[in-house]
Amino acid sequence: MNVSVQPQRTPAENALVEAFAERVASLPGDPSVMLRRDAAIEAIKAGLPTRRIESWHYTDFRRLLAKVPPHDPTAVAAVIAPLVAGSTVLSILNGVSARAPAAFSGVTVRRLEEMLLDGSFAAALEAQGDDDAVGAINAAFAADGYFLDVAAGAAPEAPIEVQNVQAGGQTHVRLPVRVGDGAKVTLVERQTGSGAALVSSISHLDIGEGAEVRWLIVQDQPEDATHLGQFNARLGKDSKLTLFFLNTGGKLVRQEIRVVAAGEGSSFTLRGVNLLAGDSHTDVTMVLDHAVPATVSTEVVRNVVTGRARGVFQGRINVFQVAQKTDAKMACNTLLLSDDGEFSAKPELEIFADDVACGHGATVTEIDRNHLFYLMARGIDEKTARGLLVKAFVAEVIEELDDEALVEPLEAMLDAWFAEHG
Amino acid sequence: MLEIRNLHARIADDGTEIIRGLNLTVRDGEVAAIMGPNGSGKSTLSYVLAGREDYEVTEGDILYNGHSILEMDPAERAAAGIFLAFQYPMEIPGVATMEFLKTALNAQRKARGEEPLKIPDFLKRVKQAAGSLSMDMAMLKRPLNVGFSGGEKKRAEILQMKLLEPKLCVLDETDSGLDIDALKIVADGVNSLRAPDRSVVVITHYQRLLDFIVPDTVHVLYKGQVIKSGDKSLALELEKHGYAGFIAEAA
Ligand SMILES: Nc1ncnc2c1ncn2[C@@H]1O[C@H](COP(=O)(O)OP(=O)(O)OP(=O)(O)O)[C@@H](O)[C@H]1O
Ligand SMILES: [Mg+2]
Repeated sequence: MNVSVQPQRTPAENALVEAFAERVASLPGDPSVMLRRDAAIEAIKAGLPTRRIESWHYTDFRRLLAKVPPHDPTAVAAVIAPLVAGSTVLSILNGVSARAPAAFSGVTVRRLEEMLLDGSFAAALEAQGDDDAVGAINAAFAADGYFLDVAAGAAPEAPIEVQNVQAGGQTHVRLPVRVGDGAKVTLVERQTGSGAALVSSISHLDIGEGAEVRWLIVQDQPEDATHLGQFNARLGKDSKLTLFFLNTGGKLVRQEIRVVAAGEGSSFTLRGVNLLAGDSHTDVTMVLDHAVPATVSTEVVRNVVTGRARGVFQGRINVFQVAQKTDAKMACNTLLLSDDGEFSAKPELEIFADDVACGHGATVTEIDRNHLFYLMARGIDEKTARGLLVKAFVAEVIEELDDEALVEPLEAMLDAWFAEHG
Repeated sequence: MLEIRNLHARIADDGTEIIRGLNLTVRDGEVAAIMGPNGSGKSTLSYVLAGREDYEVTEGDILYNGHSILEMDPAERAAAGIFLAFQYPMEIPGVATMEFLKTALNAQRKARGEEPLKIPDFLKRVKQAAGSLSMDMAMLKRPLNVGFSGGEKKRAEILQMKLLEPKLCVLDETDSGLDIDALKIVADGVNSLRAPDRSVVVITHYQRLLDFIVPDTVHVLYKGQVIKSGDKSLALELEKHGYAGFIAEAA
């Protein structure tokens, strides 16, 4: 018999297992869903990933996940003002989807709870590999969310904003989105709240031929929350996806991004900003597959690190053998504002095709003293001058969204962060 | 206005002394030209006046209107009315020029206890100043100095100077990189600022600029010291005979 020594479970692992035992009877799901939940909790019992697992090398999840608060069904979360005024808001409050319009502007909405109850969502709960701890935690506990189906050719004018607002305890949600051929849509994913919660949120985006999607993840959890996000997308032929993320909160944050450029002529643009302060740990891990010929991607991640914060960006681009004419460029730039802050960047290219243009770069800099002097020589005090320079560093990335309606509120969030931490 | 007494300054990083016992007085309303061979310390002097941290003053003093400014940081000096037009203005990506101008102007107003300018007033001033320097407003929509040509950068410096209305203007080779028309425009810009309570220090290599901005005094800087001072005729002499004679005389 093959006996492997099981290390003793951490308090967090125990808490997850116990929470599951407590909640399982009340979690929505037909037998096929409940089977997936059981499989997920077995994976958690086997141990959360440590540094030894490659994809968790910079985030020792087993050690860092210190607190797992119990689910609190009585906690109250309230709808917040949308990032862009006039957005169609779909809210998830304390893990439960509010009543939503069934359909608007060519978009059909279903509560995820229904799809768990009727089993139609079971297959989607399958873990993606044995390092998929976020998937496992979420599959075990996911109770609600939304399924959005954007009809072919639909182009809702206003952004759709999905608000996941936690109120402490635990919140686990799913957000599958199907975008039909030729549709055009902007989706804002808000991850926020008021408690020391454990949050997991997983989205699956399937983009049809020639469709265009802008997706913004805006995460500003309180400084004692754990946020586990996973964004999955599959790009159809000639489709376009622009994914923007802004992380400005959370104690332990892991945002995974898994994108497959599966249709020829598709293009993926990732722009991200991490504003890291306090003693937070924020990890953005991307895996991008260029799976077919003639696809394009660019990724730019800008980080500002202050206090004792730690940040991680792992960006892995896989160019399949058939994926000739791939054009992929990735950059990760960090501005360190304190001696105790830290950022680890690990860009990786795995290229199996020979006719490609791929590149990556990572830089870590401090505020340019010459620039600071120039601004101060015009009478701008040091704090304001630093603020201008730091803002400039990240605002460049935000301004690339090239849409005042989005840029303005995001820059307002930058200003708020600088006012507090700059 | 300005009195520099036995100033010694060195590079903070490695301790190399660049300014070695420099004396210079600039009276209210005076235009003083500073000339001198490459590497003699002219830009360093301008940076030390502006308060750049890369240089350390080890001896002597700089009095501005009778008070030492050595303890003031660059922003405080600017708010007190000292302005340096850089020999090499810096490109600062991501900082919008207009936002920068507004921030600088209002920071100085605030330091002087004045209200911030209302946006329309601010825009009016910028338009007026840009117009007088033949600058296109479209340029000001770009990030600060980014992609500006050499001449455009110099004009942008003068634009800032006009907006900020300093009392002591230090122009470090503002003429280099300017075509002849731009030189006239910039010189007019400087001349329009001449006032009994405003002094100008013009650092230059060429008489050409001094034909347009006629100096009251001319000073030759060599190895971190003023080795010769005179009136505008000194510049003409330098133009004819070069520095060698004065250097030999000083040695
Ligand atoms: N930060 C620095 N690090 C190293 N050397 C420096 C630094 N600043 C000035 N120097 C040196 O000090 C000397 C004086 O330089 P400065 O730029 O002041 O000369 P300048 O008179 O303005 O010359 P130019 O006419 O070429 O503009 C030069 O030898 C220069 O290389
Ligand atoms: Mg110089």
